[in-house]
Amino acid sequence: MKIQREESWGYDRRVLDYIQHASATGLYEIRGLGAKRKVPHFDDLVFLAASLSRYPLEGYRERCSTKTVLGTRFATKPIELAIPITVAGMSFGSLSANVKDALGRAATEAGTSTTTGDGGMTEEERGSSKTLVYQCLPSRYGFDPDHVRRADAIEIVIGQGAKPGGGGMLLGQKVNPRVAAMRTLPEGVDQRSACRHPDWTGPDDLAIKIKELREITDWEKPIYVKVGATRTFHDVKLAVHAGADVVVVDGMQGGTAATQTVFIENVGIPTLAAVRQAVDALEDLNMKGQVQLIVSGGIRTGADVAKALAMGADAVSIGQGVLMALGCNSDTWIRDARPDGSGGEHVPCTDDYAALGTAPGFCHHCHTGRCPVGVTTQDAVLEQRLQPPVGARRVRNYLKTMAMEVSTIARACGKQDVHHLEREDLVALTVEAAAMAGVPLAGTNWIPGR
Amino acid sequence: MSGSKTFDLASVSLRELNRFLHKDLFGTTHVRVEHPDGAHSIAVGMDAPVHVDIAGHAGYYAAGMNKHATVVVHGNAGPGVAENMMSGLVRVKGFASVSAGASARGGLLVIEGDCGLRCGISLKGGDIVVGGSVGSFSMFMAQAGRLVVCGDAGDALGDSLYEAVIYVRGSVKSLGADARFEDMTDADFTAVAGLLAQAGLAHDPREFKRIASARSLYHWNVDAQQEY
Repeated sequence: MKIQREESWGYDRRVLDYIQHASATGLYEIRGLGAKRKVPHFDDLVFLAASLSRYPLEGYRERCSTKTVLGTRFATKPIELAIPITVAGMSFGSLSANVKDALGRAATEAGTSTTTGDGGMTEEERGSSKTLVYQCLPSRYGFDPDHVRRADAIEIVIGQGAKPGGGGMLLGQKVNPRVAAMRTLPEGVDQRSACRHPDWTGPDDLAIKIKELREITDWEKPIYVKVGATRTFHDVKLAVHAGADVVVVDGMQGGTAATQTVFIENVGIPTLAAVRQAVDALEDLNMKGQVQLIVSGGIRTGADVAKALAMGADAVSIGQGVLMALGCNSDTWIRDARPDGSGGEHVPCTDDYAALGTAPGFCHHCHTGRCPVGVTTQDAVLEQRLQPPVGARRVRNYLKTMAMEVSTIARACGKQDVHHLEREDLVALTVEAAAMAGVPLAGTNWIPGR
Repeated sequence: MSGSKTFDLASVSLRELNRFLHKDLFGTTHVRVEHPDGAHSIAVGMDAPVHVDIAGHAGYYAAGMNKHATVVVHGNAGPGVAENMMSGLVRVKGFASVSAGASARGGLLVIEGDCGLRCGISLKGGDIVVGGSVGSFSMFMAQAGRLVVCGDAGDALGDSLYEAVIYVRGSVKSLGADARFEDMTDADFTAVAGLLAQAGLAHDPREFKRIASARSLYHWNVDAQQEY
């Protein structure tokens, strides 16, 4: 007899797995990384490069600047970066100290900034990062005025794209003695990060909080405000009114070390929609260029960076991409590399993925602390699988590649500066992307909703 | 140079005051701030063992992130007084608004009058003594440190506590999730006596009750899902 294999759209294998897991355990799933569902994204945009109506630059020789300056509104010491690609905030706790060190080295070599995360500033990352952004989060874990003074910029985190409004979680298996001490918590507890700041509520208070931080830093350091993408148009306006030098908008594709799947997949809006709303807000306030915009959440390639800049961002921030550059979801880790991070032996670790119930290419088990490639772990043995020179070399190469890709596209569009890319250079491949991004559907002059 | 210096905020900007406190002390041991008139961020980010007298009411974040300094508010204090204090002493002679001592990691905050909502929220090692009463949700998610309340406490006291401890002399309207009353031990009586002595308040430690975490929310489980 022929076996019927028609899958239900409403009850596909993903939904069946969810229902069966929920009914077996009574627990919702907590996992790492970001949204897996397909949403309109930068892939749905393409560039209109130069031809007869525009004049291109020679792709390999003519100069195309990637210099990026952030924090020019009030700070007396704005941040100057060689490229418009920064490393996003990720905590020591979710990541190992080796990884924080590697990210700092890579960012420094690439001429960009890295960012602390929940749990405070480690000496490793401060030591290796020429430019370090210090996050002020609702939890205030490890928050220290000495670190405020040692930072190059302060980022007040209101929310995160993977879980706007949701606070955070670091499961007990990653709360080792050092993490516990930094966060003033008992070792091994499931650590909850608050979803609201303890000492202010609402945008009027935020303005006063920003002024406090400016007074403490003697008005030297840029103050960023980071929001998870939801009501982005209004949130960006409120952040600007509160006095932010830089607004960071994190779309729903942004990553996390441990969050409920229901949150990751169902809360927030896509980065593509968020960047459009953020730019609209800045333009509405006539603050474009005075307040810089950093976009994050699913930025993976130089093309994504170029499209974000063309839509009006001043820079991007990358989290998951740099983890993957470090080896996340790779089937090997590297042993006995040379001091510069090159060479070494690739050691297979597929069995370690299998022990977690997953496989390379599918792993989102950051929350377990058993990362097979030593990236998202606090385990003394596993963390040795990622040595700072190896990680630094790989992330530096990744950043360098993306910077070259951005300038390649910019030159083809006739720009001597990647920041000259503009919305007019873009068209959309789908109606949804055209509507969200506010650019015409390819081959038409139609922008849905406008 | 040593001795005392006075800043009159009626004629000098807050920026000038804080710049002096951060960069130009050069041996100055006492600073008096006149006409504060509720200004925000007075004496924030102190990092020296200087004594600051604020002669009147202070706005938000007075003595925020204090290290080493002694700051006395001769009036009332707005939200977030001594927030994220690391060390030193902050004393409010009058009342304090919401979030007093929020996330303080060290030092002692004394509020001689009453205190608003969320006193000691997210406390991480500092000590707080309140001469009067505290509002609802005080010590929410407090991790370490101690709060002594000589008056009454409002609703949801100690919600989601970690290892911080609360002592209350008067009534407690309600406890928050995972907070519970515990028996006072000799160590608790000694601790309360010491904190009261530092605060200059004369009460009998035997009149105080101890509230601490039941530790039932330390690990995620389905039975606690609505309170986690």
